[in-house]
Amino acid sequence: MSTPAPTAAPQPFPAAGNISDADRENLRRNGVLLTSLEELYNWGRSNSIWPLQFGLACCAIEMIAAATARFDIARFGAEIFRPSPRQADLMIVSGTVTKKMIPQVVRLWNQMPEPKYCIAMGACAISGGPFKQGYNVLKGVDRFIPVDIYIPGCPPRPEALLNGLMQLQKKIRGEHLTGPDAAKHTRADAPSEYAVPTCGAHDIEPTHNPAVWTPPVPLGRLGKG
Amino acid sequence: MSPAAPTQAPAPFGAPSGPTVRTVTDAFHGDLLEVSMGPQHPSTHGVFRMDVTLDGEVIVKLKPVFGYLHRNHEKIAENTSYLASMPYTDRLDYLCSMSTNWAYALAVEKLAGQAVPDRAQYLRIILAELTRIVNHACLVGFLFNDLGTSFTPLLYAFREREKIIDLFEALSGSRMMCNYQRFGGCRIDPSPEWLAAASRLVDNFPRFLDEYERMLTGNEILLARTQGVGRLKAANAINAGITGPVLRAAGVNYDLRKVDAYGFYSRFDFRVPLGEHGDTYDRYMMRILEMRESVKILQQAFRDLPTGPIMDPKAKIRGFRPKAGEAYGRLESPKGELGFYLLSDGTPNPYRYRVRPPSLINLTLLEEMCLGHTVADAVVILGSIDIVLGEVDR
Amino acid sequence: MESLEQIRDRLLARFPGATITLVPNPGPAAEHTISLDNAHAFEIARFLRDDPALQLDYCSNVTGIDWPEKEIVETKKVSVADPAGGPAKVVEEKTKRIEPGRLEAVYHLYSMALRHGPVIIRLRTGNRSDQVTVPSLTPVWRSCDFQEREIFDLFGIVFEGHPNLRRLLMWGDFKDHPMRKDYVEPDDYEWEPTPHAEVLERAQAHYPSVTPGVSAPAQVEAKP
Repeated sequence: MSTPAPTAAPQPFPAAGNISDADRENLRRNGVLLTSLEELYNWGRSNSIWPLQFGLACCAIEMIAAATARFDIARFGAEIFRPSPRQADLMIVSGTVTKKMIPQVVRLWNQMPEPKYCIAMGACAISGGPFKQGYNVLKGVDRFIPVDIYIPGCPPRPEALLNGLMQLQKKIRGEHLTGPDAAKHTRADAPSEYAVPTCGAHDIEPTHNPAVWTPPVPLGRLGKG
Repeated sequence: MSPAAPTQAPAPFGAPSGPTVRTVTDAFHGDLLEVSMGPQHPSTHGVFRMDVTLDGEVIVKLKPVFGYLHRNHEKIAENTSYLASMPYTDRLDYLCSMSTNWAYALAVEKLAGQAVPDRAQYLRIILAELTRIVNHACLVGFLFNDLGTSFTPLLYAFREREKIIDLFEALSGSRMMCNYQRFGGCRIDPSPEWLAAASRLVDNFPRFLDEYERMLTGNEILLARTQGVGRLKAANAINAGITGPVLRAAGVNYDLRKVDAYGFYSRFDFRVPLGEHGDTYDRYMMRILEMRESVKILQQAFRDLPTGPIMDPKAKIRGFRPKAGEAYGRLESPKGELGFYLLSDGTPNPYRYRVRPPSLINLTLLEEMCLGHTVADAVVILGSIDIVLGEVDR
Repeated sequence: MESLEQIRDRLLARFPGATITLVPNPGPAAEHTISLDNAHAFEIARFLRDDPALQLDYCSNVTGIDWPEKEIVETKKVSVADPAGGPAKVVEEKTKRIEPGRLEAVYHLYSMALRHGPVIIRLRTGNRSDQVTVPSLTPVWRSCDFQEREIFDLFGIVFEGHPNLRRLLMWGDFKDHPMRKDYVEPDDYEWEPTPHAEVLERAQAHYPSVTPGVSAPAQVEAKP
């Protein structure tokens, strides 16, 4: 067993935290895996997202299609759909959220343990979509719970859901455990539970959660212009 | 021996509290348990909810609760033009958008006295029967999910579904929301290649059905869990307005394709499968047999498809204003009788627009079917009725 | 199946005192209907179901319809004799009358045994506010159960004799009847970039500080 002779003078080992991606890649090729706890943690989390088995409407069929053989969401480690919110990391809001349903949706979200993420799948979950004019339709689930990824479409194709999942994985990999921009679930002061609206005499009360959502200011021109 | 008035038992220390689980004491049956199944439940096929009262594991009372997907389809449709409601009908029964489109087009054509060319009639039958195949194959998959197979039959069903909705996508541009029918015809004429591909798929479909049945039909668990479960008597079913395969499983020969002979169904040679016992097993078999009959219809349709226009030249697309009047158009959707009631006052918008949802009305006797069975059976019975929440709540 | 006139005549002979009127349908579908009075509707419905010639054992569809009060202006041409003795003038005379509002329930009946239909019957309420009761036909046809509950929920027709008359689609505490024509939707409006006049009106109601014709962000920024 002969070790290869050094071809150049030994380089000084870069200081921890200063190491470049190229150096790390070089080390990895030589059989040394250098990583941080944060990275390892995020890598593990992002590749085993367990979604909540929670179908609301049409988009749920495409969600099921994404789980079947042709699209195979298992390639991304997200095939374990859990029927219980206590075991789920990800809530895919797949379909129209009605005013009668939103208390239950918020309650499910509150029951999910941190770290938890939310994907608003389809036009209805984003803004009410085609049913925006309906008196019983909530105009976007982000009025009550924070949404991480929005997937447009009516319904989005399974490929779009997979793309949304990949975007979520990217987001998870970029999260920090410490520091001023630490992820929400690591901070004690960040909210984990959100207020549940009640169904009132004419509408849900309140109509939105001001801590999560404020009405947008119109862009562009109003009226004849 | 009616249960005594339920009294609230004092909750033991540390017992879970909350609105969903409550125990009531009864002198004869011991503890009755009230369980709210849904609206988030893996086996209720969407946001359907059942309030169940249990004696041990046996259901003594069951009340369905609706409205968690009430999307105000009728109100929106009354505020918009006739044609603009067509994409919304896709989202009623989102597994079968093609036949829902047709039902709406049929009602409007009846309201306006609109004729439909021959080729469009054949295309409608082709697409409606393909939809029926998709629906029934998926339903059987979901039913087995409810029986506890954990996904496997559904994977087979979705494999076939993908093939068919690829065809829909090639034709209409969308996988699920096809928005294909128009008043007086269809939107796009399929190419000869499309027809050849569809015909090939249909010719190969019986092989899939054989494979499916070899896996499922004789299965011991299926027989044990479905035979004699959720029986429905024919007289009760008729009085409760139950239609579709659930009615025919109870032995009532009532298929709108034969009774109304809408479209060109009178030109086709097919049989209406009928059940004998009205139990869950018969409802399962209805679906399998109807798929086989659909294949027969499709093969005849591909053989006899005439050439010609797909749209009536006199049909008005813009400024469509039917004369004042009303019409009720209905057809045999995969789930039962799907009807649209339209009332026109001569304006571009319908004055009254109403959907007669087979999924909702087929649930009328859910309690009677479930009484005396266990919770696990209730899930299977619900699965065999075949509901889709977009249509139940609209 | 016998014609609607024959059915009406048979019903009138069987139920003397009942008010049964034919409501013509002017459209091409020509599905005419019969309107029943509330006092006899239940008995007539049972007769329609059990009569051997009709056997309307299957009630397919139940619909509510809202007819708000509306003002009808009728123009009549009246010839007025000229007092001066000249030729008579033709004067248009306008009469206004107010048609009272009402709610209506429409039932589509078919026969599964004899495979005919539809026979369509209508039940009407007295007005839209305090006389909103019609008899429930659920004891005759079980299929009316959920549909009558839905009409009670969305239109506010009270079905007398319904075994379980609760709201079907909206929640229990809800007070309005959303399918009525004068229902005002809750104002949870959100700005959307649709160039519809109605949308713009609502946008202006919500953002009164933004004047029309001027770029909105510029105005919002200009505010202190």
